[in-house]
Amino acid sequence: MDSPILEPSLYTVKAVLILDNDGDRLYAKYYDDTYPTVKEQKAFEKNIFNKTHRTDSEIALLEGLTVVYKSNIDLFFYVIGSSHENELMLMAVLNCLFDSLSQMLRKNVERRALLENMEGLFLAVDEIVDGGVILESDPQQVVHRVALRVSSTSFLLSSIHQCVLQSAKEQIKWSLLR
Amino acid sequence: MIKKFDKKDEESGSGSNPFQHLEKSAVLQEARIFNETPINPRRCLHILTKIIYLLNQGEHFGTTEATEAFFAMTRLFQSNDQTLRRMCYLTIKEMANISEDVIIVTSSLTKDMTGKEDVYRGPAIRALCRITDTTMLQAIERYMKQAIVDKVPSVSSSALVSSLHMVKMSYDVVKRWVNEAQEAASSDNIMVQYHALGLLYHLRKNDRLAVTKMLNKFTKSGLKSPFAYCMLIRIASKLLDETEGGHDSPLFDFIESCLRNKNEMVVYEAASAIVHMPNCTARELAPAVSVLQLFCSSPKAALRYAAVRTLNKVAMKHPSAVTACNLDLENLITDSNRSIATLAITTLLKTGSESSVDRLMKQISSFVSEISDEFKVVVVQAISALCQKYPRKHSVMMNFLSNMLRDDGGFEYKRAIVDCIISIIEDNPESKETGLAHLCEFIEDCEHTVLATKILHLLGKEGPRTPQPSKYIRFIFNRVVLESEAVRAAAVSALAKFGAQNDDLLPSVLVLMQRCMMDSDDEVRDRATFYMNVLQQKQKALNAAYIFNGLSVSIPGLEKSLHQYTLEPSEKPFDMKSVPLATTPITEQKTEIAPVATSKLPEKLAPSRQDIYQEQLASIPEFQGLGPLFKSSEPVQLTEAETEYVVRCIKHTFARHMVFQFDCTNTLNDQLLQKVIVQMEPSESYEVIHYIPAPSLPYSQPSSCYTLVRLPDDDPTAVSCTFSCTMKYLVRDCDPNTGEPDDDGYDDEYVLEDLEVTVADHIQKVLKPNFGAAWEEVGDEFEKEETFALASVRTLDEAVGNIISFLGMQPCERSDKVPENKNSHVLFLAGVFRGGHDVLVRARLALADGVTMQVTVRSSEETVVDVILASVG
Repeated sequence: MDSPILEPSLYTVKAVLILDNDGDRLYAKYYDDTYPTVKEQKAFEKNIFNKTHRTDSEIALLEGLTVVYKSNIDLFFYVIGSSHENELMLMAVLNCLFDSLSQMLRKNVERRALLENMEGLFLAVDEIVDGGVILESDPQQVVHRVALRVSSTSFLLSSIHQCVLQSAKEQIKWSLLR
Repeated sequence: MIKKFDKKDEESGSGSNPFQHLEKSAVLQEARIFNETPINPRRCLHILTKIIYLLNQGEHFGTTEATEAFFAMTRLFQSNDQTLRRMCYLTIKEMANISEDVIIVTSSLTKDMTGKEDVYRGPAIRALCRITDTTMLQAIERYMKQAIVDKVPSVSSSALVSSLHMVKMSYDVVKRWVNEAQEAASSDNIMVQYHALGLLYHLRKNDRLAVTKMLNKFTKSGLKSPFAYCMLIRIASKLLDETEGGHDSPLFDFIESCLRNKNEMVVYEAASAIVHMPNCTARELAPAVSVLQLFCSSPKAALRYAAVRTLNKVAMKHPSAVTACNLDLENLITDSNRSIATLAITTLLKTGSESSVDRLMKQISSFVSEISDEFKVVVVQAISALCQKYPRKHSVMMNFLSNMLRDDGGFEYKRAIVDCIISIIEDNPESKETGLAHLCEFIEDCEHTVLATKILHLLGKEGPRTPQPSKYIRFIFNRVVLESEAVRAAAVSALAKFGAQNDDLLPSVLVLMQRCMMDSDDEVRDRATFYMNVLQQKQKALNAAYIFNGLSVSIPGLEKSLHQYTLEPSEKPFDMKSVPLATTPITEQKTEIAPVATSKLPEKLAPSRQDIYQEQLASIPEFQGLGPLFKSSEPVQLTEAETEYVVRCIKHTFARHMVFQFDCTNTLNDQLLQKVIVQMEPSESYEVIHYIPAPSLPYSQPSSCYTLVRLPDDDPTAVSCTFSCTMKYLVRDCDPNTGEPDDDGYDDEYVLEDLEVTVADHIQKVLKPNFGAAWEEVGDEFEKEETFALASVRTLDEAVGNIISFLGMQPCERSDKVPENKNSHVLFLAGVFRGGHDVLVRARLALADGVTMQVTVRSSEETVVDVILASVG
């Protein structure tokens, strides 16, 4: 069950997952062959979601792997590593991912905002983990490197757009009531 | 683009996903706009996002369509939009394995990695290394070296990590970048430091001296990165383990000093490293344990989890070291995180002293009803471990377990409890009656067939030997009346055992049997009729052979032999002795408490190790006609570890021959060995008949050669022999890289360690569930007795261990366990001697200034008795 001495290696992260509140995959990146086929991956994600979505604890041992996780509104973030891995290292990755997204999405970490900025998510994960190696753990650096100019303006635009739409709706409602 | 989706969202409610109904073919169709000029970065970006999203969802892309999209994407390099360019890099990485000819983007990427835009350079390097092979790598080597020592941390980190990925593929090229990595290791950036250290270690890990030097350097200079510290600690503890360095070495001091680091991650890594070190003393553990104790009260769940998990490991080896944390652990029992609470309980159960057991059990029973089945199983397993440690507390535990047994619960949970009760019964004769009573009560209302049959079997085995066997009959017969076929059949077998062992119960058992003969199920009727007839003979030997001790042959072997017999009908009746024996009946042995996470192994049906050997050997023409394989020994190492050639031997015993299987491994990558044989010089009158060489033995591919030896016919008592072994072969030197051998070779030989054949190789273990009955069955026709003094042995335990391993026989009736504080013990051993003769040994041991042993041997054959006594003496 336990190997006495860890082989020193930089390969720390086995997978990064983001699921929605139905347990469906929004993002999944597997860095080794623990779950080689899509079918096995989905089964694992299902299992993980069933075991974690009702509890607000942040760590579990599942299928012999250490899973650290965090949920926010309708999103579930998971970072998965070997059961011998330093749990705090995995936690550092999870926190970095969450904080980076939180900054990029202006604290608006929820499913819809994330889906509108998928490219930002792709780029951020790419800056945090590379092939299982932790590349960066400082959210400031990650946000800086992703440098999401286009998307942030589009985000701004879309939020303005939402405001306009909202007020238009409001007006229609009033006109109908009158 | 995004706005357009917003509109749709508005219509279909806020929960919808703009990517939900993406069609792969539609997206690929859209990708055509990549070819339009001027490029529209926004739209292209969105399409790339969709493609990556589809890939991420596990959508399968065919090679042609992927290649087409990939080539269209390469046009986007003309745009200078930053995000678009970055998404191109991602697409390249994602498609590297799906699309063809990805290397066409090499020049674009090389331009970006050396360009002025820092934002591009890191990602470009990573994308480039993803699509590069060894030959291409040499072309960009210059740029990689520059990138490693670049001042921009993201560029340097990217280059280092990419190099690390490339080590697997092109070690020789990356090896040349050691100096650059060394320079990067002294960078101020914490991630660069970490990555450089990782790369340096991977390049040097086979060179222990270089690793030691590197460690010395970094442990002295001190690092900034907590990640790098963790890596250093792992390297140091691995080195300590390999060199078996004492704990006074500077490496250990370094790890210990990390316990005082500012960063929790480093502190935990150091504590965990110390805990995992083999043979750590309690004093060395103390600082690590006290650090973990502090973590137990951390507000962070991950830290509490890490601490409890590690303390749990400590508790396995040094329970006393953890007792100081008991208070903190008790607080964690109510932790909202289930994993933490489980670990806390199991740790407490391991460390709890005998006096605290009662309190702990009370605490557990207060919340046991609130937790899930899975979790309860863990608790039961921990209790079971505790019972083994404090056998005197069995009454408390038994009460607790029987209460748990009455509660509702699934099969796994009930099974864990039943297993636990059974193991308590086996370990404590005093608890037998209460335990059996609880189990009887349980089967009165048990929906699980497997558990009911298991308990009935146990009742049949243990019940007749209790002071009041009659009270179990009612419980058993109730099953015959009320349950399903499988349970009824098991109940009949159990009844028969009562009848066979207790003469005063026999008449009533016979009456009950008669009723069972009218059962609706044929298996139940068959069993009842069979037992009825055996019991009516009233012969001890028959009872022993057919009721107490079942068949001891291997089931697949029996199947094969019977099949063979039906294919070649002959006048002779089928001979049971020609069937290979079952290797040690694993299922009967004490059920080990399985660790929490392991899955259950499929029992029985898989062919045993011996059946596999039987197949292998039968396929070699020279070994046909040797008869069934009688026994295969455990592998014996004939070389030291880490020599040029590694050889181990498995001894296969047949009725009149032995086959020695030599598994050889060649660890020299510049040699190819051919025609490998192991020449054997026997010390006794054994005769080597045949050598079967291993035709070729390339580097690191194990292969087997065999030697066939005839056992001496004239002197059946000559069972032990020493062989001096020499491996002989033809060497052909070869190129270590290609494995291409030279044309001519030369003969050479290599002296191996001597191989011993002992009496244990001629005896197969057989478990007799009822030794007394078997002892009577064999009878005293060839009984012999002798007394020996074992002067060098100090304890009974040691004596028992020695005898078992020397004779290679199966201890019965759990007589291999010596009760504490006794100065005498009786050991029962059973086995079958080569040729199919049962052998039973009863050894009475007495402890007084060394151990005195009186050995009584019975067998169906006189020579066998002589052989055993001669070999013991």
